[in-house]
Amino acid sequence: MGLIQEIDYGTKPSAATSLVTLSIDGQSVAVPEGTSIMRAAMQMGTQIPKLCATDMLDSFGSCRLCLVEIEGRAGTPASCTTPVAPGMVVHTQNAKLAKLRRGVMELYISDHPLDCLTCSANGDCELQDMAGAVGLRDVRYGYAGENHLGQDKDVSNPYFQFDPSKCIVCSRCVRACAEVQGTFALTIEGSGFASKVSAGIDENFFDSECVSCGACVQACPTATLMEKSVVEIGQPEHSVVTTCAYCGVGCSFKAEMRGEEVVRMVPYKDGKANHGHSCVKGRFAWGYATHRDRVTKPMIRAKITDPWREVSWEEAIAYTAAEFKRIQAKHGKDSIGGITSSRCTNEETFLVQKLIRAGFGNNNVDTCARVCHSPTGYGLSKTFGTSAGTQDFDSVDHADVILVIGANPTDGHPVFASRMKKRLREGAKLIVVDPRRIDLVRMPHVQATQHLALRPGTNVAVVNALAHVVVSEGLADEDFIRERCDWDEFAEWAAFILRPENSPETVAALSGVPAETIRAAARLYAGAPNGAIYYGLGVTEHSQGSSTVLAIANLAMATGNIGRPGVGVNPLRGQNNVQGSCDMGSFPHEFPGYRHVSNTDAREIFERDWGVALSAEPGLRIPNMLDAAMDGSFLGLYIQGEDIAQSDPDTKHIVGGLTAMECVVVQDLFLNETANYAHVFLPGCSFLEKDGTFTNAERRIQRVRKVMAPKNGYGDWEITQMLANAMGLKMHYTHPSEIMDEIARTTPSFAGVSFGALDRLGSIQWPCNEAAPEGTPVMHIDHFVRGRGKFVISDYIPTDEKTGPRFPLLLTTGRILSQYNVGAQTRRTDNALWHEEDLLEIHPHDAEVRGVKDGAWVKLASRAGETTLRAKLTDRVAPGVVYTTFHHPVTQANVITTDYSDWATNCPEYKVTAVQISLSNGPSDWQKDYQAHSAAARRIAAE
Amino acid sequence: MKTPQDRLVYMANQIGKAFAARPREEALAEIANHLKSFWEKRMFVQIYAYIDSGGAGLDELPRLSLQSLRDT
Repeated sequence: MGLIQEIDYGTKPSAATSLVTLSIDGQSVAVPEGTSIMRAAMQMGTQIPKLCATDMLDSFGSCRLCLVEIEGRAGTPASCTTPVAPGMVVHTQNAKLAKLRRGVMELYISDHPLDCLTCSANGDCELQDMAGAVGLRDVRYGYAGENHLGQDKDVSNPYFQFDPSKCIVCSRCVRACAEVQGTFALTIEGSGFASKVSAGIDENFFDSECVSCGACVQACPTATLMEKSVVEIGQPEHSVVTTCAYCGVGCSFKAEMRGEEVVRMVPYKDGKANHGHSCVKGRFAWGYATHRDRVTKPMIRAKITDPWREVSWEEAIAYTAAEFKRIQAKHGKDSIGGITSSRCTNEETFLVQKLIRAGFGNNNVDTCARVCHSPTGYGLSKTFGTSAGTQDFDSVDHADVILVIGANPTDGHPVFASRMKKRLREGAKLIVVDPRRIDLVRMPHVQATQHLALRPGTNVAVVNALAHVVVSEGLADEDFIRERCDWDEFAEWAAFILRPENSPETVAALSGVPAETIRAAARLYAGAPNGAIYYGLGVTEHSQGSSTVLAIANLAMATGNIGRPGVGVNPLRGQNNVQGSCDMGSFPHEFPGYRHVSNTDAREIFERDWGVALSAEPGLRIPNMLDAAMDGSFLGLYIQGEDIAQSDPDTKHIVGGLTAMECVVVQDLFLNETANYAHVFLPGCSFLEKDGTFTNAERRIQRVRKVMAPKNGYGDWEITQMLANAMGLKMHYTHPSEIMDEIARTTPSFAGVSFGALDRLGSIQWPCNEAAPEGTPVMHIDHFVRGRGKFVISDYIPTDEKTGPRFPLLLTTGRILSQYNVGAQTRRTDNALWHEEDLLEIHPHDAEVRGVKDGAWVKLASRAGETTLRAKLTDRVAPGVVYTTFHHPVTQANVITTDYSDWATNCPEYKVTAVQISLSNGPSDWQKDYQAHSAAARRIAAE
Repeated sequence: MKTPQDRLVYMANQIGKAFAARPREEALAEIANHLKSFWEKRMFVQIYAYIDSGGAGLDELPRLSLQSLRDT
């Protein structure tokens, strides 16, 4: 096992299909038209010396090192910027070229410190490599003259440093920031000899607009931009390709290692989801895996008021099984259940639901997708026939109009956002439907054509109004509808959508979006050759979440925007394996592959494979489990990798339910907030410590590979297996690949998936079966999964959460780039430097009438509860709307959110809470009580 | 704080409202199908008991759909 060295072809591939044949160094080579000479040479194995070129970036032609000679052409053109031509005869090396290159390198090195032996890039420096490649043996110019040596390093960023003394001003970092990331934070300041890379005007990297994606570090050919981990540890010696455990984009990384220590995470160019890009979380925020807060020994306690007692694995598992059996013996088999995690692997999730269905003997299994994308499952299943997004990420490259609804991709899904921004810079139009002015509305080289800044809670009305315009103005794609959908159902839906209450004029009054803006947006989307919809939790986390998903699907079908690249309905999944956890049968009403538990054929497949009879009745959802706990009929809960006490709404309801239970088992990396109410703590392991697969938002199944031994002794799948065996359900897996084999033989959409196939293909988008042995990038191409697309009436029914004199403002919640979900991971990294606390965004007008100044402590109160946090005055939110994040447990933002939830799925209404803001002197009583309880609940008894 | 029973009635009414725009017979069938597909048995036991005790606050459509489920 060594370092994976990906070939750098110097320039990007050409998309052309026609080939051009030329001669390079006497060899004939055929490459796609538009290919650079540099790339053509590399394809035949000849590496032309280069410094400013790299295949992640557009050709630049500044370093003058890649010069070649072309017969019949004057001079020595740069091979990176010169495309191939038929019959071209190229020479990449001769005495003249060698002399020129050596002269160029001599100039570079004359202003570069000669500290190679102690340099952090020693062994991984392109400048060093090129000096060797061109045969540089002497530098005639001394350091007596003006030079750039000895300049101060910028070490402000916690993850990488900038050493201007080592900069060769190749602009790769600046171009990476612009072309790959799309932030445009970096520039070349000054000119001539004074040229230098700058992160802003008199700003260091940390204070600049840099988002720490690391693309500049990856692009740098020297030690100028270097990971601090490499500076501290040294160069890695081997690498393993694995998948990021943060958001639903599912970036592929090379975990570059020295022994069992991670030196750095480098995005993998062959990764089909990220194509070599990353964000600050995936690339840098992995230190939580070895954080001092990590608990690695099992613990138990009889009462949640007792301190924890460390025990052996054997005792912890035996105690858990005995407690669960005791509860079932006394209260019936339906008195216990479990929650799977969207952060764990498919194999682990499959195993937990198997333990519950086959071992516990009921269907009381739910997952954290309950609180994020369960409406997606409902809505897309009803209309299209399957619970998944329709496209791959590459599809955005073909979109002409992009409609973003209730999503903030630059913060929540930053790597995909970079792809989207690139397409927008190429000319695609953008419509944003969001109460906040998210970054995409206006940022460097991106501006939304329309921003529908709707009042929170009016999504269904606005999307219906868009459809009203489409139908009433004759913009519907009748050919598509007649061919692909049921015309009678369309006609019934069209009659509904044409009702006056769905007109833009009516909707304008309740949503706050001008009718003409709605009309313009509808015309833009419907008129696009390819219109693509991307949506997030701003759609689903409402009492009408499922209705909005239905309305979105209706809109896409009505305009014919389904079934080809560039279009589609694309849910941006929050966590790394939300798609997978849903696919794996984590919901209480369905088996893996979205088959209802009452489906006899499906049930018999699992009964035969598992050798036990299974229940045909739906189990309890998370909120129903908590209600049943209050009623005394649900008393045992196994929670793998989920923190419902912080992430789920109406914290007091959650805490009430957990407190009423007799055996709560938490399996996690840390003593999270839910563990404060647990009786058993089973230490889990990080994604770096186990094998398995994640499935991202584009249905792409990717390998997670173990790079170090589990700190807690076991992979999470092994812990579930131990518990299953102790409960009497025999499991004998020796490797997660065997679990995937079981998934494949019981789940038709995974029939062709195996670890072997994944290793061979890199990744697979389900469905993967005989008809699609290598997977399915775009769904519903010739027909919908359900046959004909179904238009479903999606009536707008306002939420019952109303503003009034006591609670006149609407609170909506979201996330921020540097933090992830409840922050259990990112708060334990230096990402905390960017977001040390949750802040309340409030419009200056609303702040002024309450006497609130920027940075002031305020009390945020709703009908559910109150908390305190500091205010941030901004016009990103409209008057009447306030916004906060939920990354910090001390804020307890979910004390504020209510128990209102989606009518179809019980997905909580995080996005609409009526609140009042007032000045505060300090923490609320709830916060004080909670902090005291939290400190007491985390005590561990001395041995 | 709402009781679990309050929540159950509220959920049933929400489901009823979501289908109320459909023709009445279709709405009743869809509500029943939805409840049958997603509700756990003790939830039915509780709401049937609530109906037997008068069922105040439970809307007509979900009440009728629940009744049809109870009768089958």
